[in-house]
Amino acid sequence: MNNNKVSLEKKLKSHFGDLVTSIVSQHGEITCEVIPENWQQVCQQLRDDAQFSFAQLIDLCGIDYLGFGESEWQTEGVTNTGFSRGIKSKGPGRFSWEERKTELMDRRYAVVIHLLSIEHNMRIRVKCFAPDTGILAVPSLVKIWAGVDWFEREAFDLFGIIFVGHPDLRRILTDYGFVGHPFRKDFPLIGNVEVRYDEEKGRVVYEPVSIEPRVTIPKTIRKDARYAENQEQLEEDS
Amino acid sequence: MSEIKNYTINFGPQHPAAHGVLRLILEMDGEVIVHADPHVGLLHRGTEKLAESKPFNHSIGYMDRLDYVSMMCNEHGYVRSIEKLLNIEAPIRAQYIRTMFDEITRILNHLMWIGTHGLDLGAMTLFLYAFREREYLMDCYEAVSGARMHATYYRPGGVYRDLPDTMPKHAESKWTKGKTLKELNSWREGSLLDFIEHFTDYFPERVAEYNTLLTDNRIWKQRTVGIGVVSPERALQLGFTGPMLRGSGIAWDLRKNQTYAAYDKVDFDVPIGVNGDCYDRYLIRMEEMIQSNRIIKQCVKWLKENPGPVMLDDYKVVPPTRDAMKNDMESLIHHFKLFTEGYTVPKGEAYAPIEAPKGEFGVYLVADDSNKPFRMKIRAPGFAHISAMNEMVKGSMLADVVSVIGTMDIVFGEIDR
Repeated sequence: MNNNKVSLEKKLKSHFGDLVTSIVSQHGEITCEVIPENWQQVCQQLRDDAQFSFAQLIDLCGIDYLGFGESEWQTEGVTNTGFSRGIKSKGPGRFSWEERKTELMDRRYAVVIHLLSIEHNMRIRVKCFAPDTGILAVPSLVKIWAGVDWFEREAFDLFGIIFVGHPDLRRILTDYGFVGHPFRKDFPLIGNVEVRYDEEKGRVVYEPVSIEPRVTIPKTIRKDARYAENQEQLEEDS
Repeated sequence: MSEIKNYTINFGPQHPAAHGVLRLILEMDGEVIVHADPHVGLLHRGTEKLAESKPFNHSIGYMDRLDYVSMMCNEHGYVRSIEKLLNIEAPIRAQYIRTMFDEITRILNHLMWIGTHGLDLGAMTLFLYAFREREYLMDCYEAVSGARMHATYYRPGGVYRDLPDTMPKHAESKWTKGKTLKELNSWREGSLLDFIEHFTDYFPERVAEYNTLLTDNRIWKQRTVGIGVVSPERALQLGFTGPMLRGSGIAWDLRKNQTYAAYDKVDFDVPIGVNGDCYDRYLIRMEEMIQSNRIIKQCVKWLKENPGPVMLDDYKVVPPTRDAMKNDMESLIHHFKLFTEGYTVPKGEAYAPIEAPKGEFGVYLVADDSNKPFRMKIRAPGFAHISAMNEMVKGSMLADVVSVIGTMDIVFGEIDR
């Protein structure tokens, strides 16, 4: 299987050339990146070309890269009474909906697919960054793998990525009438609304959440020296 | 006479045959289904987002609650992803324990499946038998982790603790005493491994009993043969995995083809279907129980002969023992750091799939040098299967919907996440 992977990397390079912007190999897995314009074309070839024949799409998911590599509690200064902790910092659970990001960020939303070739016994991961122009649009793969239907609906529901050409792009996991895309990093972990039964009105009512978000264990970044070697290797590759 | 139109009916979410909270909107032409639109998400808890707000180890318990009838397999998928990112591997004894408990879990899952599938299609008795056997396996879970279902037993770097030397015994009560009590405790005299060995000797005969109840049963065959047929090409297109894929005649099992844990060291066969209908998938799962039993037997033998560590000796990931923590400064520091902050995982992404009872279960992790996962995506086999619901039931009768739901072996914990 290892030989397979080395040769897969070579094959990808020679077959796709400029269509694939980067090919990274890490932990024995190959990740390649594609721009949205080439998304369908590359996927079609990955499925149909005999040297790849990725007949199965295992998974499709969205990623929001907002706050990637940033810690939650930034230590800003040290005095003789202790460390200062930046209370107002980012991270899931710490955002309030009013403070959500409105400015556009390049390379914020990505769509990632995992493919499996039963014939050659290999896997590949393909990534595509949705251009953040207000409307996040990525071409749909539903004509290439029928099974992607619900996975795209899920990514739309949770991240708000629009899959152009999808026949039935509805919300799937969230409630009927839900507002917002909950898996975006600027969506608060505790949500925006809560429900309760109102005795007077005789029905369930929605109200703004009454609890305060809090972080019990902060996200901490530590660049571990033990892995420094791998990191350098990875950065060289990409 | 007024023209007869199609009408829609609402199936679930409070329907006993909907296996949880599935809501199906069925467009019917008489008794025939024209279109089925499953509404899922009624059990959505945002597990992935919750995991992003917690250190890595805190989310192991959430894994149990995904597919809540194959708990340890989910944990296995998660810890394997972390191990891949950290570049560590569990000791060999832990690998065998994981293999054994994965197979125990597979039997647990398949027993649950055959019980409820049978119940849906009118075979009441089997449900009671299946739950009787499940009880023994739950006792194994309890002996090893303290919890009957939500074990949280697997950890990055191994398993939480070694297998116990004694099994808890039934206590005397008003109803169980004397001979009955002795009989009940007869399996429990030795260690957990002895108990499991007793079970593996007892279980094949029980599967044979289930087979006499169903395999040649005329009603059973009428309800399953030729129902929900999926061709191998469509199975690939729709992203099927596990018994759903093998039912269509494709020989693909991650335990064999992309092996992990100790599966390359044990001997077992992978059953394959021919017609791709509900009956073939039923036969496959029945045979898988027998094969799992075989694997467990081999693991028990190996584990009895080979004592050893079940956790890595790496204090950067694995907490030191209580004893070391009390007596050694270094260990105390490690212990404190691990339980307040957790370990940090180097930047990178990994996907490590396992062959869960329902199909390919995998966790895709994106790490950013921090102590929490940046993004976690759970690839649940049931999600891909139920998305093919419309295709599988279109043109068949209303009663067949129940067969198809049963054959997919869906659990909403993992579909809705």
